[in-house]
Amino acid sequence: MGNIPDVIIHKHDVVIVGAGGAGLRAALEASKVVNTAVITQVFPTRSHTVSAQGGIAATLGNMEPDNWLWHMFDTVKGSDYLGDQDAIEFMCRMAPEIVIELEHMGMPFSRIENGKIFQRRFGGHTREFGKDAIQRTCAAADRTGHAMLHTLYEQCVKNQVIFYNEFFAIDLIMNEDHVVGVLAWDIVNGGFHIFHAKATMFATGGYGRCYKTTSNAHICTGDGLGITLRAGLPVEDLEFVQFHPTGIYGVGNLITEGARGEGGYLINKDGERFMKRYAPTVMDLASRDVVSRAIAEEIRNGRGCGPKGDYVLLKLDHIGANVINERLPGIWELTYVFAGIDCTKEPIPVVPTCHYCMGGIPTNYYAEVVVGNMEQPETPVKGFYAAGECACVSIHGANRLGSNSLLDIMVFGKVGGQKMAEFAESLPEHVPLPENPGKDGIERVIGLLNSTGKERMGPIWEELKESMDYNCSVFRTEETLVKQKAIINELWKRFQNIGIDDKSRVYNLDLVETLELENMLTYSKAIVEGALARTESRGAHYRDDYPKRDDVNWLKHTLAYLEEDGSIRLDYKPVRLKPLTVPPFEPKERVY
Amino acid sequence: MAKTVTFTIFRYDPERDKRPYYKNYKVEVRRPGMMVLDGLNQIRWEQDGTLAYRRSCREGVCGSDGLNINGVNMLSCITHIEDLKEPIVIQPLPSLPVIKDLVVDFTDFFSKYYIVKPYLITKTPPPSDRERLQSPEDRKKLDGLYECILCACCSTSCPSFWADPDYLGPAALLKAWRFIADSRDEGSDERLEIVNDRHGVWRCHTILNCIEACPKQLNPTEAIANLKKAIVQRKF
Ligand SMILES: Cc1cc2nc3c(=O)[nH]c(=O)nc-3n(C[C@H](O)[C@H](O)[C@H](O)COP(=O)(O)OP(=O)(O)OC[C@H]3O[C@@H](n4cnc5c(N)ncnc54)[C@H](O)[C@@H]3O)c2cc1C
Ligand code: SF4
Ligand code: SF4
Ligand code: FES
Repeated sequence: MGNIPDVIIHKHDVVIVGAGGAGLRAALEASKVVNTAVITQVFPTRSHTVSAQGGIAATLGNMEPDNWLWHMFDTVKGSDYLGDQDAIEFMCRMAPEIVIELEHMGMPFSRIENGKIFQRRFGGHTREFGKDAIQRTCAAADRTGHAMLHTLYEQCVKNQVIFYNEFFAIDLIMNEDHVVGVLAWDIVNGGFHIFHAKATMFATGGYGRCYKTTSNAHICTGDGLGITLRAGLPVEDLEFVQFHPTGIYGVGNLITEGARGEGGYLINKDGERFMKRYAPTVMDLASRDVVSRAIAEEIRNGRGCGPKGDYVLLKLDHIGANVINERLPGIWELTYVFAGIDCTKEPIPVVPTCHYCMGGIPTNYYAEVVVGNMEQPETPVKGFYAAGECACVSIHGANRLGSNSLLDIMVFGKVGGQKMAEFAESLPEHVPLPENPGKDGIERVIGLLNSTGKERMGPIWEELKESMDYNCSVFRTEETLVKQKAIINELWKRFQNIGIDDKSRVYNLDLVETLELENMLTYSKAIVEGALARTESRGAHYRDDYPKRDDVNWLKHTLAYLEEDGSIRLDYKPVRLKPLTVPPFEPKERVY
Repeated sequence: MAKTVTFTIFRYDPERDKRPYYKNYKVEVRRPGMMVLDGLNQIRWEQDGTLAYRRSCREGVCGSDGLNINGVNMLSCITHIEDLKEPIVIQPLPSLPVIKDLVVDFTDFFSKYYIVKPYLITKTPPPSDRERLQSPEDRKKLDGLYECILCACCSTSCPSFWADPDYLGPAALLKAWRFIADSRDEGSDERLEIVNDRHGVWRCHTILNCIEACPKQLNPTEAIANLKKAIVQRKF
């Protein structure tokens, strides 16, 4: 079956890989102006954005007075000062307009009495630079992502955007220093396709599936990062992986921070509301890194619940069945199905769960992919854009605030779409494809379809996930990271002898998952190397052996490159500390 | 030793098999509350990589994995193995063409969704600097409608959908009503025109299979009844 016939070539002005919030928002924008196509591994409404629960941050001020500068401050502080302040200002100022646009598109937001959009409290969002929690997060009950993704797809249907559903991107295609498209595999029929474009965007989502306990969907395998690394381009700040405080014990599914925003709180085995010891002002609504560490600390010190003492409890019953039915119906359903618990009556067992990837493909606030270092300023890679969770603008720096991701994907999806359209229009012709485009990727796939190797995807992935949970999660030390590096190297060696059971072309999930594993092994190395080198603690990256933030040496972004021999080379670039119009927020100690 | 159960799975590889067949797999129930999807993953990752199915969110919100399990349509990711009687027979959703194993071709299902103009239609321009207003009562009318995940469990359980290839089916009709019921929408006339057809609302004979099948506890039959009412009222 190894005989794969011709490669089919498609030509579009703009090609977007990914149909989550970022990809669809970009497509809506670009398709107004130029011929635009979207490639996606799953039917658009199956993308991970659909799972987002709590909401999208914007200073609409519907519930109480609010100000984009407060939002900006919260985001900078939340990022532990690693966020780029030009991009953060850009996003926070645009937020209200972005949410209003979504409403105009038809998104079914929850409403308050005067007919305006409902907003709730969320971790790390405050008024007047940290005084108290504020109601800033715009919500459609606890199904905001679902409401958003469906609305965007509906608009794409209306505007007749072109989709290639169930196509899996394998590699980037470059001609010299110009990105000219992607190589993809048609999952349903089998077969190679090259998408030749003037501008190409990655909106491929997060990379949480390299951890075992995760809130992420099966498809969050960070393909965009693996592909970018293989193309010789850098990825940024991968060591900053967010662990959300409240994953359902045993399975990792998420309980939105909105549950605490509506008045829920955490207790340990003594029934103590322990967050008051860690964040006296906002307690359970401190930013996620702080709450996750607090939970892990409680468990480490023997105050966890259950026979093994390995979880804490999220108490919700006191907020009343009415509020739960009205504002958190999805959470009720999830806990009922996944924990067998009626959360209007009983507390929910929770543990930190791998949730969000702050790192990604480096971009500026136009969603242009950029390369730079400590000495040289950032320059765009021609024809290449990234937006959404796979990108690192960097808005979230070392730690993302809840409800800032849905905002990020809308803002930079939109701007990226506009920029791509402009860029495509400025090019009279497509930059030609190189000789033998996609050769390496085609050979890898054919190699797998003819493989006789003894190793299988399943066991290697299982070991990767388990060891990442163990060695590279909420707490890290040199010892665990060195160990993890060796484990990944070993797994990488085993992967060289990989085989697949399924040798057919039609809907070959074995092939797709094996290609995903290759990507996961590739960028997991970058996560671990970045974490090992960074001898400080900042945001979600916490080193037991270096518990303090070190602004003198480490107020900078990590860049990871894949070398010919499969190893990772690290480089760094400065944080863009200067906002667009306001004075910078200088790094301070973070207390909540 | 963990308890094992048997999955009897519909298999068909168009490149290899003349006709479909069923294959038995032993699945270890490794934790209480284990889902059918966990079982399928266990098979793929540990026993037989050739098995094909769809999945994404694994928590009942993306609509990828509607399957027919022991004769009933449901999502594999939120169906507890312990709640099922053995043998656990797993088949693709009925009536849609099979691509491979448990993967079906949704082209027809989605083309019907596109027909009902599944997007907000407005004629009055929105306010330039703020959201359109909608009262909480009007917003409440969308509950039980907007949550649809397009899983097709309903339509593929509907005898009218099986019998009439042109019937729009409960999912598309529920979607039509989701927009008509939206106080912001101004496309009711166009949409009612479309669904007022013998392959539209009038094909529904209130057999109610769709309600039972919906994993999100939505009620397509009621939406269809509302559409019928709206069509009749409009005529007077
Ligand atoms: C349970 C949960 C709840 C959340 N709640 C919130 C919240 O309340 N507020 C908030 O702000 N954020 C929330 N987040 C985070 C937020 O949902 C995500 O960060 C965001 O939706 C990511 O969107 P995206 O468009 O970047 O990617 P995704 O929605 O993940 O889309 C990725 C797309 O890329 C495609 N793709 C990937 N790889 C390939 C490939 N190789 N070839 C072709 N296509 C490919 C996929 O098909 C998909 O269409 C939540 C996250 C989780 C897990
Ligand atoms: S009620 Fe109507 S739509 Fe639902 S199953 Fe019966 S005939 Fe089909
Ligand atoms: S109405 Fe229910 S069963 Fe039908 S597609 Fe929507 S969610 Fe699925
Ligand atoms: S995998 Fe998303 S609904 Fe089951």
